[in-house]
Amino acid sequence: MRIFDPHIHMTSRTTDDYERMAAAGVRAVVEPAFWLGQPRTNVGSFTDYFDSLVGWEPFRAGQFGIRHHATIALNPKEANDPRCRSVLDELPRYLEKDGVVAVGEIGYDSMTPEEDDVFAAQLALAVAHDLPAMVHTPHRDKARGVQRSLAVVAESGIDPGRVVLDHLNEMTVELVRDTGCWLGFSIYPDTKMSPPRMVELLKAYGTERVLVNSAADWGRSDPLLTRATGEAMLLAGFTDDDVDRVLWRNPVEFYGQSGRLDLTDDDLAEQTFAGNSILRGGS
Amino acid sequence: MTVEKLRAALRGVPDPDWLATALDRIAADPTAIARYFPAARRRCGRHDLPDLPGWSADEAARALMLASLRTDHVGQVETLYRTGDAAEKRAVLKALPLLPIGAAGVPLLLDAIRTNDTRLVAAALGPYARHLDPSAWRQAVLKCVFVGVPLAAVADLDDRADAELGTMLAALADERRAAGRAMPADATELLDRLTAAGQLQPREV
Repeated sequence: MRIFDPHIHMTSRTTDDYERMAAAGVRAVVEPAFWLGQPRTNVGSFTDYFDSLVGWEPFRAGQFGIRHHATIALNPKEANDPRCRSVLDELPRYLEKDGVVAVGEIGYDSMTPEEDDVFAAQLALAVAHDLPAMVHTPHRDKARGVQRSLAVVAESGIDPGRVVLDHLNEMTVELVRDTGCWLGFSIYPDTKMSPPRMVELLKAYGTERVLVNSAADWGRSDPLLTRATGEAMLLAGFTDDDVDRVLWRNPVEFYGQSGRLDLTDDDLAEQTFAGNSILRGGS
Repeated sequence: MTVEKLRAALRGVPDPDWLATALDRIAADPTAIARYFPAARRRCGRHDLPDLPGWSADEAARALMLASLRTDHVGQVETLYRTGDAAEKRAVLKALPLLPIGAAGVPLLLDAIRTNDTRLVAAALGPYARHLDPSAWRQAVLKCVFVGVPLAAVADLDDRADAELGTMLAALADERRAAGRAMPADATELLDRLTAAGQLQPREV
């Protein structure tokens, strides 16, 4: 089973996790920029973090044979702190980096006017830099947050096929499935989704445009729940090909739209399209 | 390394017009490099250049961009290193000997040597490391041994290796022996050469 975890915060994880992930079949990850638990109070705190996402963390991952990419953004929670607002001015240079495959995590936390502004501004950056967008949906008042996010996405003019709405569940999947956006699901030990519930959603809605991630971070979470979901799919009668689609080909297709997904140099090479060294989804 | 060799080695890149345009624009306006430098890997490739051992296409293209600057070399080098991802930082470090900047790039070497990213540590110990003072250079060589960077990456190794470096290597060898761990073969060979050359006292084993 080869696994591409499209959302995991490796900065918060240990080398033990990298070893266990590699042994479980994880060969590629995307690490979205998000908050760190402790609120930041100045722009330099963000740029050091972003530098790590395009510098040290890919090096660390590479030591375990795992290819690391990132998404970069000012997250919705810290978008509310005026001291952090000028992070937006720093984003364009990061959005030109090879390892950056989307703008994210953007979206809503508490649905404030500040979050509206920062969300819209960053969707415009995604369009300007020809990148997909990775949208975090709020944990509180989620259904209305998803609806409001979809309205902002539609207003931005970005191609919905280049947007993923993440942290969906049984209550929000139907809001997104007919919009053309991708559906992201985070599998957690006791919040968000679980492997058995994820299998039920895959049975009901199919495997198309679905991304399954561990979203593992500094909270109680588990980087092997992608693998556990794949195994639960097989037990429920899904084929190896179905599992490969959900856990590998779908994230490759979604983030490949950046033109920057690079899975060469190792045993992933056979996955490149038509011998191109850089994956270009759809072309 | 010379600019001419870099140019020749890059003749076969996938998009030579893009690179030629970039070099022209950078020559005309140094601030244009901010736009082209990050994209070089996507446009020129990341493969090793067969005619230029130790250089990849993106590194060579980025070094050429820096060499095409007519003014503000020091300012651009500092900015591109500070704002670069790991591959960009590495390209800046490798380009330093080609640029008319004297010893102004030394702070970047010291920054790279402080990291634990072996690609950056190795790139910092090329020919430009002649500007490092002996103490910083010895520490950097010892760090190579410590983190597993082959000593072949270190320019002028035999010319600069001295008794003090030998003493430091011998102490590391003693620690490794006490821990039951091996020294890298290239470090042991260097230590043996320094001992044979009378740079330091033969050690008791």
